[in-house]
Amino acid sequence: MFGDIFNAQFFSSSIRVAIPLALAGLGGVFSEKSGVINIGLEGMILTGAFTAIAATNFSGNPWVGVLAAIMVGMLLGLIHAVTCITFKANQIVSGVAINLFASGITVFFSWLLFGETQIMAKSSLPIWGLPLPNIGEGSVFVRNLIVMFANYSPLVYLTIIIFVLSHIILFKTPFGLRLRSVGEYPQAADTMGVNIVKMRYIAVMTSGALAGLAGSFLSLEQAHFFVKEMSGGRGFIALAAMIFGKWTPFGTAGAALLFGVGEALAMRLQGVLAIPVQFINMVPYLLAIFVLVSAIGRATPPAADGIPYEKEIG
Amino acid sequence: MKSIKKFDYYTILEKITPLIAVIIALLVGAVVIILIGENPIFVYKTLFSFAIGNRDGWGNVLFRATPLIFTGLTVAFAFRCGLFNIGGEGQMYIGTFLATWVGFTFTSLPAIILIPLCILTAAAGGALWAAIPGILKAKTGVHEVIVTIMMNWIASSLTFFLVLKFKATATEAMEAVGAKQMIPHTIEIAEAARLPRLYPIFNFLNIDFPAYNQVNVSFFIAIGVAVLAYYILWKTNLGYEIRAVGYSPLAAEYGGISVGKNIILAMMISGAFAGLVGTNEVMGFKYRWRQDLFTGLGFNGIAVALLGKNHPLGVVLAAILFAILNYGGAIVNIFTEGRIPRELIMVLQAVIVIFVVISDEVVKRLIRQRRKTV
Repeated sequence: MFGDIFNAQFFSSSIRVAIPLALAGLGGVFSEKSGVINIGLEGMILTGAFTAIAATNFSGNPWVGVLAAIMVGMLLGLIHAVTCITFKANQIVSGVAINLFASGITVFFSWLLFGETQIMAKSSLPIWGLPLPNIGEGSVFVRNLIVMFANYSPLVYLTIIIFVLSHIILFKTPFGLRLRSVGEYPQAADTMGVNIVKMRYIAVMTSGALAGLAGSFLSLEQAHFFVKEMSGGRGFIALAAMIFGKWTPFGTAGAALLFGVGEALAMRLQGVLAIPVQFINMVPYLLAIFVLVSAIGRATPPAADGIPYEKEIG
Repeated sequence: MKSIKKFDYYTILEKITPLIAVIIALLVGAVVIILIGENPIFVYKTLFSFAIGNRDGWGNVLFRATPLIFTGLTVAFAFRCGLFNIGGEGQMYIGTFLATWVGFTFTSLPAIILIPLCILTAAAGGALWAAIPGILKAKTGVHEVIVTIMMNWIASSLTFFLVLKFKATATEAMEAVGAKQMIPHTIEIAEAARLPRLYPIFNFLNIDFPAYNQVNVSFFIAIGVAVLAYYILWKTNLGYEIRAVGYSPLAAEYGGISVGKNIILAMMISGAFAGLVGTNEVMGFKYRWRQDLFTGLGFNGIAVALLGKNHPLGVVLAAILFAILNYGGAIVNIFTEGRIPRELIMVLQAVIVIFVVISDEVVKRLIRQRRKTV
């Protein structure tokens, strides 16, 4: 039984489940490192998921779908930035408004453009990787290795690259230092000539782009369709992953993988144990609460997280 | 100082920011309607004339406003304690399901006991579900926003499991949905657990009112709860402490107020309001639990609370406005044969929320600047 559950397919499905959470969580890292809370990740994932399918079906090219999802995510990030940074409105309220907006606008457009609220993807990205040997010929070991490491959507490899790049950008470049200083101690950063508004705009729009990409993976690569409210709380689970990962890219990726394993395990156990499916469905959400509670005391958010910057005059 | 206040246009401006936000949202809506290729004047005329042009429309509006008053008060009450309870959806699910269960289990009780019992169960269920994020926030500091959202999904799965346990027989359930789609239902609650509709009262007063109109006694419960929320917040010690924690937890703590206790109590009272949605949707309308009965009501409550500036009176007015938009939007959807999807109203609600918070901030800044120059 043990071998039936923990096999190569389990490994790869854990990774696939983790990808949207990791990308959106990384979006949270960028935004909060600069001092802006982004509760709107959920809505950005949802809008990205819809846009990816819509643009793919109209253009026939899934890459156009992915790109469009990123652009739409950035646009929502821009709205969040204008509300929170320029107008200094409550960041949580703005994020919630973006989620409401996303729920409405996605269903609105799916009725308008497709006449239904569930849209199948007409095409999806090719699988990149080594050819799988037939069971008969190559050894099982080689086959498993390929399933585990070299048989994914291009977005999976892209995600890994994005994480490594993000780590370098945030912790090894002057730009990253400025971004973090804006979120830790904006007064000091301001005195040093860092443009706080600009840095926060960049960070929030980056987080939108990443959440949009997460949405495109969810609809194009994981589900192959869009259905209303398909983000299913992933934006918030991503925030939990970000907190558990102590606001670092690799920590967030690790926490997202933990969620991936949890969800993949829950899906596997469905057939094995006599637990009603509704209880299996609760697993990711229970896990998120558990992870949050256990992260407390270990994780400290950026000092200026959630506080609009007021330049002191006079 | 008094003479300055008299001519302070900004304070008036601050009071009417929600109105500005609504007007901007309606203009945004008009642009969208033009882009779709429809006539915005016709659309808005249809929307408002059907919603508030006659008694039947008003009845429908008040029926739809009732749950929004409950969920709006949920958000507004917690907000006064500095908490953002976006778990109204889950609290509503749990409270309502428990009330439904009481309603179809204790069928031998007389109405005079069963109705209050169902109402209290609805409130208690919501309060208990909200207590969990409250306790987690008070004891560990975990942010209530993420926990309440997670609790929404858990509540949705839990009630889905329970509804299958108490499912109506196939024929009864099919009859209820016109045999078209199978959405899980529970069996019906007892006659003695049902809240009367309002048309007998109108009949008694010799006012013409359609008997099929769904507005029921729950509307008065909602108004009563709004008054209760006002009373608790501004006329009791508990309300004073809750608002003190909301203003400044540190100052409250220093003043000898237990922050943790008030956070938990505020969450529980707030959750109780959400649970009471069941009085309208189950006890006054469907008489049974239906899994898709009230998706989104909890989230609309957030917009209602923000538009109502987290004040009970504002919440009631905002709920009525959103009910007008919701009901009118549904009518417009039918009239334009689906060319104007009813989700346009959801988009407008989000636009209203964004502009309420923006215009609030802008006016606050104007006032501060003015004070400096004066």
